[in-house]
Amino acid sequence: MSFTLFLILCLNGLQYGLLLFLIAAGLTLVFGVMGFINLAHGVQYMVGAYLIFAFTALTGNFWSALILSLVMALLIGLLLEYAVFRHLYERSHLDQVLATFGIIIFLNELAKVLFGPATLTIATPEILSGSIQLTEQLRYPVYRLATIGVGLAMAIALFLTISYTRTGMLIRAGSTTPEMVAALGVNIKQLFRIVFGVGAMLAGFAGIIAAPIFAIEPGMGDNILIIAFVVIIIGGVGSISGAFVAAILVGLIDTLGRSLATELLSFVFDSSVANQIGPALASMLIYILMAAILVFRPKGLLPAKGAS
Amino acid sequence: MDRGVLIGGIIFGLLLAMPVILPIVGANYLSGLLIKAMLLAIAALSLDLIIGHGGMVSLGHAAFIGIGAYATAISLENGIEEILLLFLIALGATASIALVTGVLALRTSGVYFLMITLAFGQMTFFTLTSLAAYGGDDGLTLWSLATLFGSDIVQEGEGLYFFVLVILIFTWIGVWRISRSRFGRVLKAARDNPKRAEVMGYPVARYQLIAYVIAACIAGISGLLLVQYAEFVSPSIAAWQRSGDLIVAIVLGGLGSRNGAILGAFFIVIMEEFLSSIFHEWRLIYGPLLVLLVLYAKGGLSDLILPKSSGGGA
Repeated sequence: MSFTLFLILCLNGLQYGLLLFLIAAGLTLVFGVMGFINLAHGVQYMVGAYLIFAFTALTGNFWSALILSLVMALLIGLLLEYAVFRHLYERSHLDQVLATFGIIIFLNELAKVLFGPATLTIATPEILSGSIQLTEQLRYPVYRLATIGVGLAMAIALFLTISYTRTGMLIRAGSTTPEMVAALGVNIKQLFRIVFGVGAMLAGFAGIIAAPIFAIEPGMGDNILIIAFVVIIIGGVGSISGAFVAAILVGLIDTLGRSLATELLSFVFDSSVANQIGPALASMLIYILMAAILVFRPKGLLPAKGAS
Repeated sequence: MDRGVLIGGIIFGLLLAMPVILPIVGANYLSGLLIKAMLLAIAALSLDLIIGHGGMVSLGHAAFIGIGAYATAISLENGIEEILLLFLIALGATASIALVTGVLALRTSGVYFLMITLAFGQMTFFTLTSLAAYGGDDGLTLWSLATLFGSDIVQEGEGLYFFVLVILIFTWIGVWRISRSRFGRVLKAARDNPKRAEVMGYPVARYQLIAYVIAACIAGISGLLLVQYAEFVSPSIAAWQRSGDLIVAIVLGGLGSRNGAILGAFFIVIMEEFLSSIFHEWRLIYGPLLVLLVLYAKGGLSDLILPKSSGGGA
């Protein structure tokens, strides 16, 4: 295990963590502000990936496809909000789970019908292809570095918006006492719509930037949704900074764990045993982390202020 | 006489008569479908105990089906074939895992509980896929099946059918008796107002944990029977979408009602069979149908049959 490999793993983990943050941010805001549990949030990630695939094929240019995909992701999110979700805010969580489960089934199948069940890939945009020399032995793909940069920029922008703008203030107020905010003359429904649209667009954006790295396939949003849930439990529901810390933590632990678990176990057990339990343990690590956090801090690492 | 019992009686009467009726009308393939529906119904009944009666929305219940199924399959691979012994093994495995995950998950409630059960379910799923010695991702085909006192009567055909039916009836009676008992009433009190139940001196968390473990055990049994029926086991039976299907079944049927879980399970299995036979991409219909049902049909199927359902919903 060389230092170079460790560095690569850390960078990959950071990148995965930032991707998770983009998804978890929308999920945690939608839940924090509206108390709405949206299982279909992961599907927005898949939608983003398919959109960039379709628009790249259509326009032949990654950048125009990026703009078109973001707009479409926002519109699809708003359409879903208008057609289905806004009827569910007052309903029980069970109803919300069921209806959003129906939407997952529908969109996964639709993706399969439109694009086929096989995995698809798109090329990285030309300017960002290739790799750069980081240390003497370490070359790292530019595209991955760019996603780390964009992810960090998004995180900072989101944090500043929530903390220092009027909209951010309303979102924070709306998440604790929506009735009071409405009574003060704020159109709370419109606020919900903005939060929802932005959340959907962030998840779509995550799908877009993930598309050149990971495979595009139906159901790709389901697993990442569950990881995003783990992230917001660890971070504290409704908290953007919690989601950020937890996402990076989960990204790093998962990536490092998958590569190192077998190796570390082989110090203790003999190699055949390590080979057997290593992968199993690695895939369980983040859940074990979640369980541990729950035992010691049931409200998460950085719970949102005033969240009930 | 209670109409819930009457409807339950009619359902079980029909199921008992099916092995006689089906060969006459020439629809033998249906008995496999009915076994599938009964297995789903057993798991759905157990989930209704915690969601309908206990108000704990778990989205990881299929994991216990998977644990029961894998405990059975692994024991069968190792030469344990007596079904009563397998019951004990499946129960032990599901109960112990449910106890650990339950203690952790019940530190929370509401949506947190939902997310945590989902995460534990997913953890189980990935653990099962990494069992390389027992098929990993691809699953495991079983060459030997369970026997009852050394006889192969419970392995296929009518023997298996009636065996599953008997267990379904026992589950039906058991879940209802639990929900009517003092234990069940405390559970419902905790669902409706946990603080008040706590103040009245009931250790709410302990009651909920016991219900969670009981439900997991029943789901584990349905996993055991699923192995016996399919002669095959794969991690996909523990996928979170299966947990979603179970929730669909109990909500469709009517939460906390006597026959709702059974009606919902049969409705799902039959509708899936029907839709997929006419339309390959049947999920394009199924998904929006769920959304419409949530938006416009509250109360579930048992309310359609029995408009003034006495079992309260959540």
